[in-house]
Amino acid sequence: MEIIILEGTPKTPTVEFKPLEGYLLLRGRSIPENSIEFYKPLIEGLEAYNQNPQPVTNVDIQLEYFNTSSSKCVLDVLKKLEVINGNSKVTINWYYEEDDEDMLEAGEDYQAIINVPFKMVEVEE
Amino acid sequence: MENIHDFYTKMEDGNILLSFKGEVTSDLLTSILQIMESKMETLAEPPIIKKKVYNILVECLQNLYHHLENDDLATPMNEKSALFMIKKQDDEYSIMTGNYIMNENVSPMKNRLDTINSMDSLQLKTYYKEVLNNGEMSTKGGGGLGMIDIARKSGKKLEYRFDKVDSKISFFSLNVRVAQKTKEEKENV
Repeated sequence: MEIIILEGTPKTPTVEFKPLEGYLLLRGRSIPENSIEFYKPLIEGLEAYNQNPQPVTNVDIQLEYFNTSSSKCVLDVLKKLEVINGNSKVTINWYYEEDDEDMLEAGEDYQAIINVPFKMVEVEE
Repeated sequence: MENIHDFYTKMEDGNILLSFKGEVTSDLLTSILQIMESKMETLAEPPIIKKKVYNILVECLQNLYHHLENDDLATPMNEKSALFMIKKQDDEYSIMTGNYIMNENVSPMKNRLDTINSMDSLQLKTYYKEVLNNGEMSTKGGGGLGMIDIARKSGKKLEYRFDKVDSKISFFSLNVRVAQKTKEEKENV
């Protein structure tokens, strides 16, 4: 299984996907014009991971900004995690900055759609 | 010679922070976003306002970008170009965009905007989730979420107008005002 490590750019997030550790991180900004292209390798990586996942999978999502084009892709990532949750114990930590009610609400929107335990984690600005 | 001072005064009186007319490219968006971010930093805007304005700006600009990329506006005028302005007056930010649109797309667009404007914040939240979860992923990526998100985050009705240019095209103007209400104020409404 392939590790995915991508450094963040002004328009795309830091991505760390470490299948052997059962760990996924998305951090920073996700505002590319074409997010489908950006998220494709990760979605494929998660599909492959589901063939032989770790007993526990931890996911940290710490986005500062994301556009609506990314919001669909993030949902796709979460839907893959929902499937993985059948074979591995998945926990999703959704981080939002203090006072960032829009980001908290975005996490709650996903929580309502996805059947995986979500933890809302408030962080200081 | 054109009176450049007139242009300047108009923009100054209109409290325009930034304006651009021309072709909207990916690199341009990156630059504009960086400029606006440092501008809001200089103006010492509260983080909550900074984030709202930034988010809405991203959606508005990417709407323009995808619109110009996808629509076939092959008419004699320079229709691939768009206009946007960012205004700050009495602590309220406005993001204004203008672009050409084919006449046949005017009424679907108007319907979408009217639907969004008829909803309160709870209805918008439900609608957003519905489109997010069931909507088809368009090649643009957003699949119609952009305007809903803009309305949700702005906390105001979307102001718009269409001006017919000729038998083929119209000009679409959108004004998004960003509510300055804090969380406490919102809860007291």
